[in-house]
Amino acid sequence: MSLPGLPLLLQSIVNGILMGGVYGLVAIGLTLIFGVMKIINFAHGSLMMLGMFTTYWLYVFLGLDPYLSLLFSIPCLFVLGLLIERFLIAQVLDAPAHNQLLLTLGISLFIENFALFLWTPNFRTLEVTYLRKAAMVGTVMISLPKLVAFIFAIILTILLYCFLKRTDMGKAIRAASEEREGALTVGINLRRIYYVAFGIGAACVGAAGTLTAPFFYVNPNVGGIFVITAFVVVVLGGMGNFIGALVGGIIIGLAESVGAAFVPGQLKQFIIYFIFILVLLFKPEGLFGRTSE
Amino acid sequence: MNSTAGRTRNILVIIITGVILLILPFFMGGYYVHLVTMIFFFGYLGVAWNILGGYAGQFSFGHAAFFGVGAFTSTLLQVHLGVNPWIGLFLAGIAGLILGLCIGSLSFRYGLRGPYFALAMLALAEMFRLMAVEWMTVRYPLGITIPLKGDSLWYFQFRSKVPYYYIMLFMMAAALYLTHVIEGKKIGSYFKAIRENESAAEALGINAFKYKLLAMAMSSFLTAVGGTFYAQYYLHIDEESAFGVAISIEALLGPILGGAGTVLGPVLGAGIIEGLSETTRNLLGGYSGVHLMVYGTILIFVIIFLPGGILGGLQTAFRKLSRGG
Repeated sequence: MSLPGLPLLLQSIVNGILMGGVYGLVAIGLTLIFGVMKIINFAHGSLMMLGMFTTYWLYVFLGLDPYLSLLFSIPCLFVLGLLIERFLIAQVLDAPAHNQLLLTLGISLFIENFALFLWTPNFRTLEVTYLRKAAMVGTVMISLPKLVAFIFAIILTILLYCFLKRTDMGKAIRAASEEREGALTVGINLRRIYYVAFGIGAACVGAAGTLTAPFFYVNPNVGGIFVITAFVVVVLGGMGNFIGALVGGIIIGLAESVGAAFVPGQLKQFIIYFIFILVLLFKPEGLFGRTSE
Repeated sequence: MNSTAGRTRNILVIIITGVILLILPFFMGGYYVHLVTMIFFFGYLGVAWNILGGYAGQFSFGHAAFFGVGAFTSTLLQVHLGVNPWIGLFLAGIAGLILGLCIGSLSFRYGLRGPYFALAMLALAEMFRLMAVEWMTVRYPLGITIPLKGDSLWYFQFRSKVPYYYIMLFMMAAALYLTHVIEGKKIGSYFKAIRENESAAEALGINAFKYKLLAMAMSSFLTAVGGTFYAQYYLHIDEESAFGVAISIEALLGPILGGAGTVLGPVLGAGIIEGLSETTRNLLGGYSGVHLMVYGTILIFVIIFLPGGILGGLQTAFRKLSRGG
């Protein structure tokens, strides 16, 4: 272990915050699904991978700008999430929690390895010239795609927040997540809420995939890296807590990136897992309370 | 049913099955001996997982941690200190057991349940995998190979697959016998009580912490020993084959399919899974993720259509029949 200098530290803080926005977006989908359905969606990472590949292929075949492909990845993933919920998850809503987790694990295994079959395990990267740029602020380099991803992540989060606060559907979703029986009593169609919520969760992570693709590699197993991080973020922010997910995302982004300045290579992932276990053990209700379960 | 007659029949079935399995290698080619050994091997891992997951109801998604610790313990002892693999096998089991007790006492003390326990175990296995990656990239970039010592029972390595077949058959039979004993004794009922309703079990005076830890101890010991077998079978290990997610999934898939919390379920499940993934592998050829895709499909179907597994489903069906008749 060596002590990094101040510039490196500042750099990793900036990187961490930028990355944290994306983690937040991944985690918001996960926490929405959990809050409403009480289901831990293990397939979240594979949905993100699909979002990344949507962007990748649209760019490679049609030359579509990666950020324009948000217009495709969000609806595609929304529909896919809806279908997964409608035909698979809806069947096990009353099953024990570990069986639900096993089902989503099965879904993720299937999606990831089907993608492996279609697209081979090769690591691919998006070569977008205008995104190579980076802005210098003092000694700190801010990479353009990360900054764009961060801004989009914040915008999407705010949009989603408004949707949940303002629209009838959003209100129904929040009602279902806070008080299932009460929601039923006032005539909310829970089945519909469930698949819409799952669809929105999938759309969020699809968007996160699109935003990540320009500065990360794309391959069928890439989701695994993000899904565990997202679990940590969700648990840290409090299961089902929306704002907590965003704050948690930035905390984990920071921990990972500052940690990486101190420890070498793969150990940065190691830190994430370690934090995960610690949080599960000692603070399972998350940093911001709201213990409902 | 007359219980003595029933018992005699059971003993007969066991003896006949045993004899068939003992003479089977004489009638099979090397490929099939390997295939059946793998069925025994995954059956064995499933039986080990089943003690904790099936009986005591603590679903672990990270049994690869124990498996890998077992494989690495015996292999490193053997390569660096020349420790005999049979002693290594025992020490591997102890290492797995210690790890199991550590993580078990932590997670059970702090009340980690259901999916949270499953995910914590997954994170544990991944932590070990990453440590192994970090440690091996410099020292053993191609994995660790166990030096060849010839065809010898003493060194636990054989040119033919047949001795491995018998060793694994014995290990699986022993693990099955252990589960059978557990099921018949009070401890089995305690495990099931904890699985069905932990608070109720505690209210009845069962020390849930103690019994969950006991289940964890047995499960982790057996799994780690399985790791040593794997290392000796291939005489080569790397971080992915020892700590990879695939092992964690393979350990739980057999019991889930065959019937978690039944004695024979894991072996039945392992047989079906190996058969299926071998067939698809032959059909789709050299594409590497095919068995995982099959696992995913199996998981989806079993959880939706057969949540108790095959034997669990049969049990419910029989109960319904006998109640109706």
